[in-house]
Amino acid sequence: MALLEVNGLSIYFYSRNGVVKAVDDVSFSVDAGETLAIVGESGSGKSVTCYSLLDLLPKPPAKIEAGTALFDGIDLLSCDDTQMRRFRSNDIAMIFQDPMTSLNPFISIGEQLIEPLIYNEDKSRRQSRSEARLRAIELLNEVGIMDAERRFDSFPHEFSGGMRQRVMIAMALINEPRLLICDEPTTALDVTIQAQILALIKTLQKKRDVAVIFISHDLGVVAGIADKVVVMCEGTVREANDTEGIFYRTEDDYTRKLLAAIPEGAKVTPSRAEATGEPMIRVDNLKTYFPDYSKTPVGYIRAVDGVSLEIQRGEILGLVGESGSGKSTLGRSILQLAPITAGSINFDGTQLNKLSADHLVPWRRKMQMIFQDPYASLNPRMTVYQTLAEPLLYHGLANAKNIDQQVQHLMDDVGLARNNMRKYPHEFSGGQRQRIAIGRAIATKPELIIADEPVSALDVTIQAQILDLILNLVEKHNLTMLFISHDLSVVRCISDRVVVMNQGVIIETGDTEALWADPQQQYTRDLLAAIPMADPKSERLRTTR
Amino acid sequence: MDQIKASEQEQGTSLWKDAWIKLSKNYLALFGLSVLALLCIVSLLTPWIAPYGYEEQNLILGASAPSLEHWLGTDIFGRDMLTRIMYGGRVSLTVGFIATAVALIIGVLWGAIAGFVGGRVDAVMMRIVDIMYALPFMIFIVLLMVVFGRNILLLFLAIGAVEWLTMARIVRSQVMSLREQEFVEAAHSLGLSQWTIIRRHIIPNTLGPVIVYTTLTIPSVMLLEAFLSFLGLGIQPPQSSWGLLINYGVETMEEYPWLLIFPGVTLSLTLFALNFLGDGLRDALDPRTSKD
Repeated sequence: MALLEVNGLSIYFYSRNGVVKAVDDVSFSVDAGETLAIVGESGSGKSVTCYSLLDLLPKPPAKIEAGTALFDGIDLLSCDDTQMRRFRSNDIAMIFQDPMTSLNPFISIGEQLIEPLIYNEDKSRRQSRSEARLRAIELLNEVGIMDAERRFDSFPHEFSGGMRQRVMIAMALINEPRLLICDEPTTALDVTIQAQILALIKTLQKKRDVAVIFISHDLGVVAGIADKVVVMCEGTVREANDTEGIFYRTEDDYTRKLLAAIPEGAKVTPSRAEATGEPMIRVDNLKTYFPDYSKTPVGYIRAVDGVSLEIQRGEILGLVGESGSGKSTLGRSILQLAPITAGSINFDGTQLNKLSADHLVPWRRKMQMIFQDPYASLNPRMTVYQTLAEPLLYHGLANAKNIDQQVQHLMDDVGLARNNMRKYPHEFSGGQRQRIAIGRAIATKPELIIADEPVSALDVTIQAQILDLILNLVEKHNLTMLFISHDLSVVRCISDRVVVMNQGVIIETGDTEALWADPQQQYTRDLLAAIPMADPKSERLRTTR
Repeated sequence: MDQIKASEQEQGTSLWKDAWIKLSKNYLALFGLSVLALLCIVSLLTPWIAPYGYEEQNLILGASAPSLEHWLGTDIFGRDMLTRIMYGGRVSLTVGFIATAVALIIGVLWGAIAGFVGGRVDAVMMRIVDIMYALPFMIFIVLLMVVFGRNILLLFLAIGAVEWLTMARIVRSQVMSLREQEFVEAAHSLGLSQWTIIRRHIIPNTLGPVIVYTTLTIPSVMLLEAFLSFLGLGIQPPQSSWGLLINYGVETMEEYPWLLIFPGVTLSLTLFALNFLGDGLRDALDPRTSKD
């Protein structure tokens, strides 16, 4: 018998607007030492399924309608609170997606780590503080935190995202669980860190022979780590097979769609850059510093530290870098949204950073931004119509008579049905919201668009659609684009030329394919090597290497 | 096109129209609104519909329990309580709404500008708020009364001028987090002016807490008026207000409980109505709550 056997699990959410079948007749099993990946897009019910195993769902609105989840022969879904707490403290552990919010900022990480040991539900398993401390330090060493003895008393904010996720893993493992549930543990992390964390989970699993359930929206990530894969869509299991079966011999349309949507390969359309003449944008030795009040005397965070680059009219320039590399700040500096410290930004020969706010307004019309998070980038109290009409009316591009028509054209352009005009942002999915945001950006008929991680918050199939949309619009409206992303595969399939940034400076620049084929700098090589591939065979090779 | 126009009518076109549609489906809020409307109408018409004059005394009668002639009884001077509550409503409701409106307008604008502009402007504006907080407001009002003479409108303004401070703080903290939101940055990059951004993108998103705080301010303003009147700075007998009636009612609570109960019930009813309406408005103005 497998360690965990889930059978016919159905979870419904009851709300005023009706019943949502979040999980509908889902079955799977996972054995000790085995990794099961549950893959699906947002709303597929993958997280709900796993949260129900630890009784972490809000009830109501959630209600478990049917099914069993036998862990070692005991049904997790019907056990009482005391028993559940025992399972949680000793047998099943969970790692959450966002290491920034899953640690308590007011308690040192050591204190948080030993909590499950000194307050164990099972009194016989409780340990003394000093024992627990030794155990915690040992584990911190094991998950790769240097100088664990000293860092035991550090607070979460003193760690980077990747380090925090390591702490989370240590916390999950401290009671020697037999099942580890990882809910998108690497989604919030940079690609090189992601590779490290995946390798760490794998090593620890081998060593301790735990069962792992790995939830992800990204098939690419699970290729190297999973033994078995369950593909979920809208609450049901679409396909369940071993990893090779899913990746090489899938028979399900949805799985195929997921695989096809993984960004791969080079940009198909030729570059439209105008090779001759002055570049459209010329950035010279740009520096953007932010005051750092944590230091005395007040220091500076050198977000962008002497960057020079040119963007030709008609080209799509990719800007890649890990978090904290200054890539977003660079984008915002070019748009005059962040106050620059030194250097100059020229748009068609006009130095933007010398213009007063009033003189900048006509230039603002020519350059627009698309933001990462379509949930935060739209005013929740304005309808689609109001959001799209605002720039048109403000810049006098439409009048009261033709405004409705203009807004409709915009909606057609970005692929939104016209009857959605009077809806508010919350009534749309993430992909649709991003379409609204794109519509707002192209409303003023700009020449330059700076897209800051425009697809990072989206599901993989939606991501492919939005990338298509962006490419179409670039062509149709003759746009020039700076495409900022941490995702190298996405950058590769959309940009003509690439700039690699790290710690505020440009590491390397080159035509996309040339750079991929022959990166000149070690940093770029590391980045490229860390990209997960949706190919179990080559991923296996990588990890054994 | 015609189709779209038609659906426009049906679905509403703006936050406020949508809000009205949603509000009209919220029975509790409608009840609150009706009660308030009724109170306002009665207050407005009081001089014509009141059964007695507000200073009409009947010393022989003295404090009498509710009867057919005096539905809510009479006070110790034999004045009809119903009449006095009706006249009191004129003062209390006016002070409640005007002073709160003053507090609302100054507070929201002050807070929004300080929070949005930030930096030195924010520092100076908020230090002014701090100084005003620290000023004993009684002295402030007494000073106003002494300089300009006792004037009921001035009293309203003075109370409003004290009550806006908290509103400004609430709005400022809201705005400071809104300012960092991407949709505000998007508005910047569209080239909108600062004032347009504040008006269209910032203030509408602060409405939730502002409405809740407003419904809390109205009753506290009414009680403040009672306190000031009690000190002789507000309105004077034989004029009345709910707060004043309650104050006198408390003194004679043991012998003549109806002198406390009836004005108390009226004030409570107003507060209930305000809270229901406020909650309803907050939900109605939030597009994330469903229209159905």
